Amino acid sequence: MHISPDQTIFWQHGFLKLNATIVFTWALMIVLAAGSRLITRKLSIGLERSRWQNLLEILVTGIEKQIQEVGLSEPRNYLGFLGTLFVFVAANSICTVIPGFDPPTASLSTTAALALSVFVAVPFFGIEEQGLLNYLKSYAAPTPMMLPFNIISELSRTLALAVRLFGNMMSGAMIVGILLTITPFIFPIVMTLLGQLTGMVQAYIFSILAAVYIAAATRARKPKAEALQGIPA
Amino acid sequence: MDNMTIVAVASIVIAGLTTGIGAIGPALSQGRAVAAALTALAQQPDASATITRTLFVGLAMIESMVIYCLLISLILIFVNPFWTHVIAQTAGK
Repeated sequence: MHISPDQTIFWQHGFLKLNATIVFTWALMIVLAAGSRLITRKLSIGLERSRWQNLLEILVTGIEKQIQEVGLSEPRNYLGFLGTLFVFVAANSICTVIPGFDPPTASLSTTAALALSVFVAVPFFGIEEQGLLNYLKSYAAPTPMMLPFNIISELSRTLALAVRLFGNMMSGAMIVGILLTITPFIFPIVMTLLGQLTGMVQAYIFSILAAVYIAAATRARKPKAEALQGIPA
Repeated sequence: MDNMTIVAVASIVIAGLTTGIGAIGPALSQGRAVAAALTALAQQPDASATITRTLFVGLAMIESMVIYCLLISLILIFVNPFWTHVIAQTAGK
């Protein structure tokens, strides 16, 4: 049973394997990068713009607004990372309608890699914003007894990110595959549509959760005196 | 009953029960979450963007519990390590 694109191997040499996950990831990366480069070759500032530039502007301003609503005050710093997460997972989901395409996020390797990059990015942005000592002190807040729980929650939410995306993508592909052997005409199309919907929602969830974790890490701690001044006597 | 039968019966029964029982709790709590979101939307329609976004994030977190159960069921049915081990044993004999 075809459970993951890791199992389709195109070429093997020793322990280096070129499997379907790597091939489709690179194909998607090349399409996204080359497409964006082509569209942004001649940008126009006025009201007359090409359709594709309009599409990209809608995408970028939409993501920027979402990042700002989550609580990050300088969305441009994080737009590259969070926007790429969203666009990559959404493109994965949309391209499943292309026959022969096996979404690389249906393999635990890709989703684990994405979750690991979020795991590394959260301390990176936190230290960049607050400084190393302040960021490490935030692990011992509100009391030092919470230190192991904070560390465990950091690890478990990375795991949850990876497994959530993997489970959604893999089960979508598998349900369509199973239905094709049972009722091959109309019902698989309906399930593919449902798979598209859940794929887009999962892309949004992945990037919003990453934004929320980064916002929690970069939130500067107000000094206690300043906080108490707000309370009326 | 020999080893093969025990492994097969256990895998099949547990695969069915895992998703069947595991989907009850998250379904109930998702219903409560949507009901609370609808109440909040009715009381404050101008905060609908925040409420909708928080609703979707909450639903995804609850949904991931069911996804874990589905994952276990799919693993038990399709890539069961105990089954392959038992098959290899009987094939080797």
